[in-house]
Amino acid sequence: MRSKGQRKKLGREKLQRVTDMCRSVEERSIDPFLIDVDEVIKVIREYFSEWELPEDLCLDAETIHHIASVIRLQGDWVKHRSTSLYTDPFLLEDKVTRTGKQEILETFLKAWHPIVEMEQLSLHSLAEAIKYWKSLLPLSERWKEILPAETEAGRATREELIRQRILLDKTFSEELENFWDELKREVKENGENRRIRYWDFIGADTYEETVHRAFMTSFLVTYGYATLQIYPLEEENFIKPYKKQVTKIGKRQLVSIPIAVTAEEWTRWKKGELT
Amino acid sequence: MSKRGRRKAYYARKVKTAIHMLFFRRHRKPGVKGWELRRTLGSDYPKVLSVLDNYLKALDLQVKTVFEVEKPAEKPTPEQLDKARFYITLRGELTPKTKMIGWRIDDLAGLAITISYILSKRGKASRKEVEELLRDKLSGWRVGINIDRYIRYGYLTQDENEQLYLDWRTRAEVDQKALIDLLLGVET
Repeated sequence: MRSKGQRKKLGREKLQRVTDMCRSVEERSIDPFLIDVDEVIKVIREYFSEWELPEDLCLDAETIHHIASVIRLQGDWVKHRSTSLYTDPFLLEDKVTRTGKQEILETFLKAWHPIVEMEQLSLHSLAEAIKYWKSLLPLSERWKEILPAETEAGRATREELIRQRILLDKTFSEELENFWDELKREVKENGENRRIRYWDFIGADTYEETVHRAFMTSFLVTYGYATLQIYPLEEENFIKPYKKQVTKIGKRQLVSIPIAVTAEEWTRWKKGELT
Repeated sequence: MSKRGRRKAYYARKVKTAIHMLFFRRHRKPGVKGWELRRTLGSDYPKVLSVLDNYLKALDLQVKTVFEVEKPAEKPTPEQLDKARFYITLRGELTPKTKMIGWRIDDLAGLAITISYILSKRGKASRKEVEELLRDKLSGWRVGINIDRYIRYGYLTQDENEQLYLDWRTRAEVDQKALIDLLLGVET
């Protein structure tokens, strides 16, 4: 007869095996019916009364979670098989490998209806372009307006940034958390769907203040206090605060999103022309 | 002008605007969202598109609606139409005798195989498996280049685990059910 300790060890091993098996079904998209759910639930039930330690209870919960995912996959599998799109993959794979290139091509052409697009200049667009060109200042004049006096690039210390009022005289994390609270408050009062338009949040009375707010917002996103939602087609950007700081973004690749905060954009925002 | 005449002129004007919106690309991707059409053409834009579709029949073209998730079983709601994307596509089929719009026969056959294979795998297949399948008939160095090209054009998309899925262009251009039925019907 096995001791209690041995029985627990055996139970842990069994649950671990079930979890691994479920994970391989989830990740490799193999037939979810390879797992006998009834059998697995019997095992989970058999050992449930033995668990006392939090780790064991966590393992039990994790196993149930994975089994639930497998059941969902089984549901999807049945749903797919019942649709008209279902085809035995082996049969289709066999067809694909045994059919000649020319035949496959001819078959595909029967089901392919490519998008039709036109690329053509119109007299109207040419006239508009010429009008724009005429009103465009030469680069030498435009640069004269925009370029600030030449200064040598160098490093700025935190004290200098504080003196120039780019940073406040408190710890950065404290300032960031206050800013996060402000974002949450703004979203609650003026946002919709738990988010707010980017410019409505960063926009301030002065351009300098706006740049500072954009600078702080970039840190909110980088440090996982908030996320950006970009809709390039609609040209709309939103910022959405997280309830809690998210320190791990999973396996998703992080990307940098440049958002221009120019004086022109700020002026447009002030006039209500920018969303 | 009679009431009927006024109505005809109204739709002729709207159809013209719809043609401008649908034929000429406005964004990075071709096609126009339903809400954009509604904003420009008015709330009766589905009717305008139906008149346009009828008109395009003679030119072997059609207005194609691609819904955000799946084609609804019943009549789509205004919300579903607003979120859908509309394209002009070929109504009939291209024949091998006509130009294959700039595609090499090998590349197009590779696309056909890739799409069919992903469809048979419930819309998801690993890039490695697809590469192996294509390598059977295409020279090795072309395989990776081709898959990247299919991704770039919007036929496929790939996630961080190198799993391939069908993307927006396949949904807009390929009659998936017809493709599978035709492939299964090919005598080998």
